[in-house]
Amino acid sequence: MLKKILSKSIAIALLAMSASAVVHAGEVEVLHFWTSGGEAKSAAELKKMLEAKGHTWKDFAVAGGGGENAMTVLKSRVVSGNPPAAAQIKGPTIQEWGDEGVLTNLNSVAESEKWNDLLPSVVADAMKYKGNYVAAPVNVHRVNWMWLNPAVFKKAGAEIPKTWDELFAAADKIKAAGLTAIAHGGQPWQDSTTFESIVLGTAGADFYRKAFVDLDPASLDSEAMVKAFDMLRKTKGYTDKDAPGREWNMATAMLINDKAAIQFMGDWAKGEFTAAKKEAGKDFLCMPAPGTAGMFTFNIDSFAMFELKDEKNKAAQVDLAKTIMEPGFQEVFNLNKGSIPARLNMDMAKFDTCAKDSSAEFVKSAADKTLVPSMAHGMAMFSAVQGAVYDTVTKFYNDDAMSSKDAAKALASAVKAAQTK
Amino acid sequence: MVTKWLERIMPRLVLAPTFVIALVFIHGFILLNAWLSFSSSNLMPKYDWAGFIQYERLFANERTAVAATNLFIFATLFILICLFLGLLMAILLDQRIRGEGVIRTIYLYPMALSFIVTGTAWKWILNPGLGFEKLMHDIGFETFQFDWLVNSEMAIYTVVIAGVWQSSGFVMALFLAGLRGIDESIIKAAQIDGASLPTIYRKIIIPGMRPVFFSAFIILAHIAIKSFDLVMALTGGGPGYSSDLPATFMYTFAFTRGQIGIGAASAMMMLMTVMAVIVPYLYSELRSQRHA
Repeated sequence: MLKKILSKSIAIALLAMSASAVVHAGEVEVLHFWTSGGEAKSAAELKKMLEAKGHTWKDFAVAGGGGENAMTVLKSRVVSGNPPAAAQIKGPTIQEWGDEGVLTNLNSVAESEKWNDLLPSVVADAMKYKGNYVAAPVNVHRVNWMWLNPAVFKKAGAEIPKTWDELFAAADKIKAAGLTAIAHGGQPWQDSTTFESIVLGTAGADFYRKAFVDLDPASLDSEAMVKAFDMLRKTKGYTDKDAPGREWNMATAMLINDKAAIQFMGDWAKGEFTAAKKEAGKDFLCMPAPGTAGMFTFNIDSFAMFELKDEKNKAAQVDLAKTIMEPGFQEVFNLNKGSIPARLNMDMAKFDTCAKDSSAEFVKSAADKTLVPSMAHGMAMFSAVQGAVYDTVTKFYNDDAMSSKDAAKALASAVKAAQTK
Repeated sequence: MVTKWLERIMPRLVLAPTFVIALVFIHGFILLNAWLSFSSSNLMPKYDWAGFIQYERLFANERTAVAATNLFIFATLFILICLFLGLLMAILLDQRIRGEGVIRTIYLYPMALSFIVTGTAWKWILNPGLGFEKLMHDIGFETFQFDWLVNSEMAIYTVVIAGVWQSSGFVMALFLAGLRGIDESIIKAAQIDGASLPTIYRKIIIPGMRPVFFSAFIILAHIAIKSFDLVMALTGGGPGYSSDLPATFMYTFAFTRGQIGIGAASAMMMLMTVMAVIVPYLYSELRSQRHA
């Protein structure tokens, strides 16, 4: 009898204890599209850290690299009044969601964690809607990288190029040696990735900003833009015939397998090299695209936070925002993903040379005002306008009958048409 | 009395749920989409009235014309070639040959695949550096060239090739069933009158299969108009957007670019295209039934 009472009271006590432990614990549902290799690993780290704080992580991964499928699911969830705590949304799209009035205010956590001091102002501004923090940044990708395979250069007797002229001279030699000079995947976003590096490299950061951020019609349809289009067509001559439709990682694989010499791609390409056990600085080189040294086109992944009803889940959401900005997470995540931490003054000891370069250039370019948002990766303009630019660039790229002059004109008019709401 | 009433009401009761589901989820959503196409919706649906602005933006976009032209090329060639090949194979199979069952299964088998599989397989076959062209180079034909897949002028024709490969076997099965349904005695009578085999086919059998032609046409036409997965897997709409079809256009604008209004407007245009094909058919079918 006594035993029974005792065991019952212990059970009740245990129950009460466990109940008090979950008082502050909520559930965070995080919508993301990090489903492949290194990315999935990164998401798992975040999950571990949140669970260490006592919250439940409800994984809401929707596959599809570009996040198109994820956005479709997100829309239906928001329309039905049941948004997830956080969703992987970046760039001006954060503003579009802000306009819908569904994002929450993170100012209090930003203040207590001193986000204003930790983030460069360009990054901080991207995380705000009408002056209030609504999102937390996880990383910064540099898009204007050029990846090189030194072995292929050596085989063809070509020099590692610093300028566009040198690049084309080297490309001629590589082509003559029967190898592919430029590895390219003929998909609209990849055409635009090469194009934005060319625009930045030939016309400079101020022009880039005027054209792709301010959407100034006179800059879009200008001599400089015509030149950039000419240059884009010239690079096409050094790609192989099978490029159309190729995925970016297959193009990177051409460098890894010593079949091609150069690829224009953001720093996520590094993940492919590392996975193939190639060493930065030895087996492959990372250099800014010609003419873009000291400049930086950024692509920042971030989590936008939605307005929730449940108080416990709200607390968990705040913890999620805090965790994302902690040095521990920023380091682990970016080591896996190939990018650099979004917060300043981090210890970069564990990162490789490319990431260290990237980090130094990031700080420097922010000071020099040569830090610009990536057009090809949805950081510079609304998705409708970006789509219009994609259409023009990819049409020009695939239609040899279209002149560069016509392309510049078409670019200006397509951008104008997409802006009218 | 009660049983009589039950007997009368039962079919309606049983059909009611599917009727309601079809009404809401097909026709209701068509109306909803029509409304969206007249609204100012961008990232999220907005239920306001903006007039014809989305249609103006749709027709001002260069991709609309590309998608419409591609649909015309694809649908015309796809339907005609499928009908021709299907009929030809059916007639050849109808000659009471040995192993007909096996051959029929082989031809019909592609229909069991999803368009995604067909598209991916043909993407590999038609890729110049990987498939057919490379094979020809490897066996010695160095100058052989077949680069339609990566040529923006010709990419849409590769979609026709893959589509025909997938669907002509099915059309063959339809025609074969039709051929077997024709009364033997008519053919016997014609033979006695001294008609040759081609004449019998041309004058008697093929005209007798009018309904089969109609069914095959309707099935192929709607496959062509709603075609999405095949293009996505085979060319991804590329190179550039040269092999865009209305369905891929709609998906891009509504879901990736946050322009739901334009997407809805283009979906309405697709609906109109389907109606233009289906309504005359239904009209003639229903009228002939009433006369019969």
